[in-house]
Amino acid sequence: MSRFVEPALAIVLAIVWISPLVFAAWAAFHDVSDAVNFRLMAPLTFDNFRTAWEGAPWLRYFLNTFLLVTLILAGQFLLCTLAGFAFAQMEFRGRDTVFILVLLQLFILPEVLIVENYRVAASLGLLDSLLGIGSPYMASAFGIFLMRQAFKSVPKDLDEAARIEGCSTLGVLWRVYVPAAHPTYLAYALVSVSTHWNNFLWPLIVTNSESARPLTVGLSLFGAPENGVDISVISAATLMVVGPLLLLFLLFQRQFAQAFLTAGVK
Amino acid sequence: MTDPFTLERRRRAIHGWLLLSPALVMLSVFAFYPSFATFVTSLWSRGTRRRPSEFVGFENYQYLFEDPTFWLVAWNNLLYAAVTIPISITLALAMALWANAKIPARSFVRTAYFTPAILPMIAAANLWLFFYTPSFGILNQIGGLLGADPVNWLGQPSTALWAVCAVTIWKEAGFFMIFYLAALQTIPPDLKEAAEIEGASRWTYLRRVVLPLLMPTTLFILINAMINSVKLIDHLFILTKGGPSDSSKLILYYIWENAFAYFDRPTAAAMTALMLAVLGALAAFQFLMLDKRTHYR
Repeated sequence: MSRFVEPALAIVLAIVWISPLVFAAWAAFHDVSDAVNFRLMAPLTFDNFRTAWEGAPWLRYFLNTFLLVTLILAGQFLLCTLAGFAFAQMEFRGRDTVFILVLLQLFILPEVLIVENYRVAASLGLLDSLLGIGSPYMASAFGIFLMRQAFKSVPKDLDEAARIEGCSTLGVLWRVYVPAAHPTYLAYALVSVSTHWNNFLWPLIVTNSESARPLTVGLSLFGAPENGVDISVISAATLMVVGPLLLLFLLFQRQFAQAFLTAGVK
Repeated sequence: MTDPFTLERRRRAIHGWLLLSPALVMLSVFAFYPSFATFVTSLWSRGTRRRPSEFVGFENYQYLFEDPTFWLVAWNNLLYAAVTIPISITLALAMALWANAKIPARSFVRTAYFTPAILPMIAAANLWLFFYTPSFGILNQIGGLLGADPVNWLGQPSTALWAVCAVTIWKEAGFFMIFYLAALQTIPPDLKEAAEIEGASRWTYLRRVVLPLLMPTTLFILINAMINSVKLIDHLFILTKGGPSDSSKLILYYIWENAFAYFDRPTAAAMTALMLAVLGALAAFQFLMLDKRTHYR
């Protein structure tokens, strides 16, 4: 008896868990009056997607989000590689004190500092730009920590061999450490991209025109009640926004889970 | 003459600082300076056109403590944490145990649990709107079949905060599951066999063997969940905007509102400073508790 109870519970929970997405997908392909009355046999329609697509400059938003996550990732790779390398393999006075300062930033969340970060961004002329959205996240303490751990596990012999061959410090970093930390980079990339693809509050504050606005902010404006779009159209727009990331996730599910683990557990 | 050894050490120090400097500059500009500036701003009055801002000491904090909305919002946030953290951690554990067991349709079950974790909070809120809408929302339709009266889930103070909590739990549980799943897979199967030979029930095995072994993971997840209970507020913008009558407003949302809707920076700064203090305490807790025996190598 109890052999069947737990699998049944597990599957029921799974169905409950996926149902908001399933309902939205179903509603997106049906006329709103059919959707809200649950006419299961109602005809399919693509009108909601058409209305949603014409209702906002989505292409621009997609492009902005794509450029934004690329920009942030590039900045993070550069800054965290250099700093992580210094913390892992260079010995000098003051290093450990600075490392503790960096770790503190794990708790000073950029989300909490919106008020003053806005002033900083304003005084640097970064408002309403992709650079303005991305800058606070580039020197991520999390990323520095992650790269430090990855570089620490690189065997010292490789390092010394490269130096004997005449490599400079940066040469050793580029030829030995960066290739060795390849899996960590991949994991970090997946975590970073999915975090910033989904980020909302800071982009909302910094942007005030569609020129830099990412998808999440665009979606929230599109769905706002004063915009008067119905629930089927909102569902269609939501699916359009999450579609690419969702597809990527379903294709690379294993890597995604592995990435969150590498990033979180190490 | 300096000996080569000193020279080499000096060279290393210079290289080290050069490598660190880009990250340190960015951290200073977007983390350390703003933290400091938050505190300074919170000590000055709100400047107007006629009366420039002046030093007022802790007056802003005093006003904040006299503001009933602040206490309501703080209380809401406490409830939000007290509800979402234990429920999402418990669910995450159950999900992980199930997703790790030999059950039918296991890959579907895993995918279903984890998918909400990768959606943007804004999208999640849009999906849930469909459930909560008063006239035709799914919850009310189901309730109607069972003979319940329709409930305006987001529109009344007694349910708005719970509706918001549900979305957070939905997003978080599957994400935390991943960490438990990984930890479960490191538990050697002999332990289970040994427990079975000893005649321990599954429940005893879970309570006496599995849960203690998962303790470091639980602590790690707990810290993350606490941080999330401060920062996960995106769905408020879609679902309730903090209303009705502030019943679902959380601190970060109130900070945003003060700074960017009421243009009252000093109050927002005072609240931010308090929040940083709480996060600092959390950091200290983590360093003390997790120092030796965590995931951090």
